[in-house]
Amino acid sequence: MSSVKAKKPKAEPFVSTTNACKLCKPLGATLVFKGIEGGVPYLHGSQGCATYMRRYIISHFREPMDIASSSLGEKQAIYGGGPNLKKGLLTVMDKYGAGLIGVATTCLTETIGDDVPGIIREFKREFSDLHLAPVVQVSTPSYSGSHMEGFTAAVRAVVDQMVEPKLKTVAVNCLPGFVSCEDIRHLKDVFASFGMPATILPDYSETLDGPAVEDYEKIPSGGTPVQAIRAMGGAPATFEFGRTLSEPGEAATAGGLLASRFGVPLHRMGLPIGLRETDAFFQTLEAVSCKPTPRRHALERGRLLDAFVDGHKYVAQKRCVIYGEEDLLVGLTAFMAEIGVIPVLVAGGGKSGRLKKAVHDVCEGLLPEMPEVAEGVDFYDIADKARELAPDFFLGHSKGYRQAREMNVPLIRVGFPIHDRFGGQRTRHLCYLGAQELFDRVVNAMIDVKQTGSDIGYGYI
Amino acid sequence: MSEAIFEERKDQIHVKGEGAFKLACNRDSLAGAVSQRACVFCGSRVVLYPIADALHLVHGPIGCAAYTWDIRGALSSGPELHRLSFSTDLQETDVIFGGEKKLYAALIELIDRHQPKAAFVYSTCIVGIIGDDLQAVCKKVSEAKGIPVIPVQSEGFKGNKREGYLAACKAMFTLMGTGDTTDISPISLNILGDFNLAGEIWIIREYFERMGVQVVANITGDGRVGDIARAHGAALNVVQCSGSTMDLAKMMKETYGTPHLKVSYFGIEDMAEALYAVARFFKDRDPEMLARTQALVKEELSVLYPKLAQFRKDLEGRKAAIYVGGAFKAFSLIKAFRHLGMSVVIAGSQTGTEEDYAELASICDPGTIIVDDANPLELSAFLKEKDVDIFVGGVKERPIAFKLGVGFCDHNHERKEALEGFVGMYNFALEVHRTVMSPVWRFVPRRTGKVLAETETDLPKECSL
Repeated sequence: MSSVKAKKPKAEPFVSTTNACKLCKPLGATLVFKGIEGGVPYLHGSQGCATYMRRYIISHFREPMDIASSSLGEKQAIYGGGPNLKKGLLTVMDKYGAGLIGVATTCLTETIGDDVPGIIREFKREFSDLHLAPVVQVSTPSYSGSHMEGFTAAVRAVVDQMVEPKLKTVAVNCLPGFVSCEDIRHLKDVFASFGMPATILPDYSETLDGPAVEDYEKIPSGGTPVQAIRAMGGAPATFEFGRTLSEPGEAATAGGLLASRFGVPLHRMGLPIGLRETDAFFQTLEAVSCKPTPRRHALERGRLLDAFVDGHKYVAQKRCVIYGEEDLLVGLTAFMAEIGVIPVLVAGGGKSGRLKKAVHDVCEGLLPEMPEVAEGVDFYDIADKARELAPDFFLGHSKGYRQAREMNVPLIRVGFPIHDRFGGQRTRHLCYLGAQELFDRVVNAMIDVKQTGSDIGYGYI
Repeated sequence: MSEAIFEERKDQIHVKGEGAFKLACNRDSLAGAVSQRACVFCGSRVVLYPIADALHLVHGPIGCAAYTWDIRGALSSGPELHRLSFSTDLQETDVIFGGEKKLYAALIELIDRHQPKAAFVYSTCIVGIIGDDLQAVCKKVSEAKGIPVIPVQSEGFKGNKREGYLAACKAMFTLMGTGDTTDISPISLNILGDFNLAGEIWIIREYFERMGVQVVANITGDGRVGDIARAHGAALNVVQCSGSTMDLAKMMKETYGTPHLKVSYFGIEDMAEALYAVARFFKDRDPEMLARTQALVKEELSVLYPKLAQFRKDLEGRKAAIYVGGAFKAFSLIKAFRHLGMSVVIAGSQTGTEEDYAELASICDPGTIIVDDANPLELSAFLKEKDVDIFVGGVKERPIAFKLGVGFCDHNHERKEALEGFVGMYNFALEVHRTVMSPVWRFVPRRTGKVLAETETDLPKECSL
């Protein structure tokens, strides 16, 4: 069994990191804050962090991504960044008219020991005569966890600091994790078709994939409404996606917190990617809404199964390497296993310690051998293993391109970042429709390999 | 326009013709404003990045290395070590107990693996705070491995990009003076401040070679450690992108007496002048060179001019905005646009100096907005006010232009088009033409206003049903 292979005592891991398969923690937090109505992400650190992350995020979404910064200099690094943070908050409120400011720390401000919650409390006291926008803060030192931990921590911080007791709402909570703009739009449709209003947090489906406009919007429209967030504690249920987040029931995530502090029933499940994980989501939707699955989605499911049958031989026993963020990995691996692809390596830069079990859980009964699961790896490790495993294709974001190119096999681009193709923000991964689109792409990639590699030039495959 | 401008930044914006020219600059970015600037680390990283046979190790948490992995179009004709992203990926325990041991081990591991000619070790914010002794670790590794291992003092918070440029120059300077210079011709130069984006330095080198000048070191595009080590043997430094490498030229002048010329390879006049300046410099050693250079320029222009005339027919009277890293590039761009019949109505930079802006003001048309360290709010307000057809900037400016339905030309380090030299002027005109003449601008909201009804009041008076 290849799971035994993964356990085989391996050479000392490398000390250095080459071509990381992760990003830094504050980046995830800025995306969450960008997904709140009126939200302005704010990095408490030196100017470069904000600018680098903006550039990185812009290249995927092809949208403006304003991130304010305390712009700390040498003086502030010595005497503390408090005054700059306060001044910056005022500037953002004044000039941007922010509806909410989300402050994430950086390694600099964590290490110099700025007490950000304290500074913000002081700020609110000092300017208590002004009508201040809410400020949420989250601790995101880059030396502890990746962008996904930053994302999860920011969602939790928003819930922790914004939700008010005693407010009631009919809207269910949905905490989807880091999914695409198209995924968020699709989730809205799905909840709506079950007749359930939903508060999706975060919702950057408009703020990071907006229409062309006549005037530059200081803050683009869209985002989870602040009022809706405040009422999340009074929701009838929470849907939280992510099998590697933490143990369900722990208050380490927003969903866990909503359950323990406000008693909101938590439905924790994997990202609805592929058939079985989507089925689990829809069954929960049925149970929570007390409604059968609407015909439109039943048809989507039916067409997906029909496609599985029509296309299975093109993908059967193809070997694939999957890399990226842990929860995305779990969903994608489950999906590949369902359609008869053999995931030979499932690898990511995250280190939750829960990836392997999650992968084994979702692949249960589908694979003769469990795939090798590698946590905390970089693309140097992935390349090393991939050369040995000889996959037929790679499944992941743009950063695996060089390896796919070296091995002359297709890279099917999913997740974030998509820096070398157009439309990454419009890629749908979730639910039956997402599975359908992804299935078509995988099948077509395999057909293309066969067609291109043949001397005959088949025009009919 | 006024609404978008922060009170604190009013003196960093000037409209030519409105009062005497005075522009505040070289100031820390305003906290809370979304500055388009980066940090010290970024400055060092962009300058040293293209040195292709060196190991570039970022000592810090993962972000700084991840965001600078293979993002630039700096090409190499040989080794491509610069396209890999190396990091010590510092973790919490390293921050508490210090990262020196990890740095040492990482360096040894990577040097053994890649056999680089030298290693640059970049300091990041956190390293400046936890106080790792980079110098000592580098020295130890250098002794163990027998290659130069050079610390780059690029803690992000210690200033802006310019301090990073200086740190990079200091790092390169430590290499200089160690290489063999015996085969260097008295008619020779180093190219400073060109990063070989899309192969640009190869275009420039070819011009110099046609003129009969030996190019010793590319600094830093398609750069090599060995070439930099013997760069002090060259007779002249030609410095483009003066913000980034002028410090190195000054150090070389002081220590080795190497004179330097400030040049630009963008646009027709500046490109030609760069070559003529070099020819004039060598006129005593090679009296024929000037004639050869004239012939070269004539030959290139005879190909270029007819092509530009075609573009100009369509582009005459169109308006451009420029926002670039250093002001020097803006000068060339203003002249380049004039060849296309276009006027520049907004000109700005992230890190221009007082002299830069004075010169910029002198070559701009009246009414041009001149701005230092702008932000998206200001830039978008200016674009709208001036109704521009094309915005020239970098990746952070692109979405601002596109969101408003304005054409865009990427003139930054990520571009994949060569814009230097005479052929670069053609590429530039082609790109400007492609974007400005696209039919898509006809359909954007700023041209059409509302097309579909948003509310019932927008509906025609008589609806069918």
